[in-house]
This record gives sequence, C-alpha cells and structure tokens, in this order.
Amino acid sequence: MRAISILEVGPLATIQDRGRFGFRDRGVPVSGAMDQQALMVGNLLVGNEVGAAGIEITLGGFKAEFLGDVHFAATGAAQAPRLNHGPIRNWTCHCAKEGDVLSLDYARFGLRSYLAVAGGMAVPNIMDSRSTYLRGGFGGYQGRAMKKGDILPLGEMFGKPISAFPTELIPPYAEQPTLRVIPGPQDDYVTAEGIETFLSSLYAVTSRLDRMGVALSGPLIELRRGADIISDGTCAGGVQVHGNQQPTILAADCQTVG
Amino acid sequence: MNRYAEPRFLLCGDTGISVEFGNAIDPAINRQVQQLFGELIKRQLPGILGLNPTYRSLFIQYDPWQCSFENLLLAVEESLKATDDDTVTSAPLIEIPVSYGGEYGPDLDAVASFHGMTPGEVVRLHCAAVYTVYMIGFTPGFPYLGGLDERLHTPRRKEPRKVVPAGSVGIADRQTGIYPIDSPGGWHLIGKTPVRIFDLEKADPFTIHAGQSLKFKPITREAFESHQHP
Repeated sequence: MRAISILEVGPLATIQDRGRFGFRDRGVPVSGAMDQQALMVGNLLVGNEVGAAGIEITLGGFKAEFLGDVHFAATGAAQAPRLNHGPIRNWTCHCAKEGDVLSLDYARFGLRSYLAVAGGMAVPNIMDSRSTYLRGGFGGYQGRAMKKGDILPLGEMFGKPISAFPTELIPPYAEQPTLRVIPGPQDDYVTAEGIETFLSSLYAVTSRLDRMGVALSGPLIELRRGADIISDGTCAGGVQVHGNQQPTILAADCQTVG
Repeated sequence: MNRYAEPRFLLCGDTGISVEFGNAIDPAINRQVQQLFGELIKRQLPGILGLNPTYRSLFIQYDPWQCSFENLLLAVEESLKATDDDTVTSAPLIEIPVSYGGEYGPDLDAVASFHGMTPGEVVRLHCAAVYTVYMIGFTPGFPYLGGLDERLHTPRRKEPRKVVPAGSVGIADRQTGIYPIDSPGGWHLIGKTPVRIFDLEKADPFTIHAGQSLKFKPITREAFESHQHP
C-alpha cells in the first residue's frame, strides 16, 4: 500500500481539494484549499489532476513518513522542506523512498503550504469533494483535522511528474501584500470616504483568522446606513465590514449566506 | 414592499454575481428568486459552480474560464424572460415534528413571558403557520423560514450560545429555523425535532430545500425519544 504516516501536524493540517461546488443552495460551504494556485501547481508537479486532494499545512511544524516510493511536492509558503534532514526545494517534484521523512519548518511569510502526493489523498468523496469542512465535521480524513499517527492511503497514479515549476512564476508571499479588489455588491453602504480609507490604508491581520475568515484591524471604515443589510450569498474573497467598521475577508469555509 | 421594477445585477468579485430583486424580506420577491433559481438549474449552463437563492437575491458563482461574464448575463436575462409568466409551482409541504419546551426548548418560557402569553399559546401559534423556506444557509441544511406569526417576533438572545444542539428549533426577530448540526447560535430555542435534517447517511442528506413550504407538529417527549430514523 502506498500511504503516508503523519508524525507531526503543527497548528492545523487538513485535507483539501479545489472545493465542494454545487451545494451552496443547501448551505454547504465551498471549503477547499485556501491557496488554490499552490495546490493546483503541486498537483501538476506530481502528475495529478489539478483538483486532486492534498494536505493543507498551516504555519508549519509538519512531519510525515512515506510508506512506499512516492513522488511529492511542497508548494505555497516557504516552510523550508527537508527530506531526512537534507533541505530540498519547494515548488519542485521529488521522489521519496519508503521510510523517508519529510519535515516542514515554520514559514517566515505566508501562512499555508501544500503537500501534493502522486495519486492524491484517497479519502472518501463526500458531495463531490474530498475537502475537509471542520465545522460540519465531514470531508477529508474522518471529517477532522489531521492528527499524529494518522495513516493516509494514496490514490492511483494519474500522469507523469514534472520536475520543476519555473521559479519566476512562484508567487511572492510578502510581508505586506497588496490585494486587488473589485467593488461591490454592497459598496453603496459605505461612504466615499470609507472606500478611500479602505483602499489607502494599511490593515493588520488580527489573531482572529481561520479557514472561515480573516479579521483585519486598521482605520475605521465609514458606513452610510449602518451595517444592517439583509443576508445575501457570500463567497471566499468577499470583504465584509461589520458594525465595528473593520474589514473581514471571508475565506474558504465561510458561510454560504451572511 | 421594496420590489424593483427590474432586477439589479451586482458584481461579487470576478467569479460571482448577485441578481437582486428587491430590498425586503417578502414572499413575492423570494418567489422571483426561486423562479430564476429553478430556471438556471433546468438550463444546466456550463461554468456555473453554485447557485444560492437568498431572501431577495440569487447569488451565482461561476468559472470565468468556462463561462464569460457577458455570456452569463445573457443567460440570466434569457432565464428571467422565461420566468416572466409568474407561474407558481406548488412546493410539497413538509411536516417537522417538534417536542416543545423543557430541556429541548430551554427558552420557551422566556419567549412566552416576553410576549405575555402561556408556553402553550407560543406552541399553538408556532404550529399554526405554514412557513416558506426562504433560503438555506449558516450551516449545511439550516432553513431560514418566513411566515412567523407577528405575535412571536422576538429579538435575538443577548448572549449567543457557544453550542446549540442539532435539531433545536429557534426563533429570532421575524424568523424561525432549525439547527441541522451542533453550532453556535443566538436564537431562542423553543423545541427540538428528532428528524435529522442534515444526515450524510441518507441518499439525499437534506430534508429541507429552498422554496418549499413547511409546518411544525407538536409531539410529546416520549414520541421524540421513540422516533425512528428512516
């Protein structure tokens, strides 16, 4: 059996694919990788379909042993991957031998990295996805975060691995990233000054960040008519401004309405 | 009622649009939402990743690589024309059994005394109405029900609970709903249903769908405990 054995998980590690689409009318969040590009490139590197399930590692501190010879790639934030103590490049396909141990350190910038493995994580497909939805307790590995001692079976090999991803195409995981936004759908609830404040200020990421959302802290955003709006559909990437006049970026596990 | 003469198309980033029919929680507005939802499901357009009927809008998530923004707008406009005849589809009525009060409905007495009525009257009014499932959200399968008797409109709890058990039936403001899974919640809990309205063991895990009609039926504690899960 090709599998990987989890030795250490760090703050949070979950199985994610591109997400659970087509069930939002029934209140099921999309979930899926927070950094879709990193997961997809990881899958391409190891010869998987882009949407195969990988492990999303938060912050770092992750360690796993390969049970069998396996092609793998670590993408996303630079968590300084090592294979049996020797540093290896991330965003690159490597071949592990049976018994090899992969460890990830803590990233300086960026929060999440992805372990893509040839064949993908062979966990049950629930509502067309293998993504873990923690609050709902389903998807991924038994509906929960990974724990030390878990053994993850791998799926069938799909295609041929690619050796490396062009380094110049690796996205920057900067200390102060600039995020692009498209105004709407309810920007008319914010004053022109409020919009100007939002677009010209530096916002700090607070400790209230998880797979549902990222609460920011910075200059107050002026609202036109209070923040009482009839609940509408929401999706990852949406920016909400609550009664405290601070923005929150909705993330992969965000509610379908809010 | 604030129903627009023409629906508004609102951008939700580069992979979503919201088609907004009005600015109120209103059955006629929601019916337009449900009609467009039904029409788009029927059409099975490639590139549509998800549809989310809400009180007064339909949120459409799409993949711009498969369906351009322009083509999406055209498809939605055609679908709106197809639903112009205002045909009302008769949704099947679902009956949800509820054991009211006691440990299953810890806020029933508080809701009753807030309105100066007996717990029995609260139960009678809650069971008398036929509700419309305006939308599903918050957690998988959570129905937002419209049609709560005005005499039961109750502001949310000041202190939300960290864990509301699955099956709990709650009231908040003008709405009533059912918690499908254990989750935090700020609604007043008046009872609990033994029906698992979100159950991954079933072929269709969802008992309740947007657009349906729903009634509550009072049952005894004994009936709750002996409820057989199909």
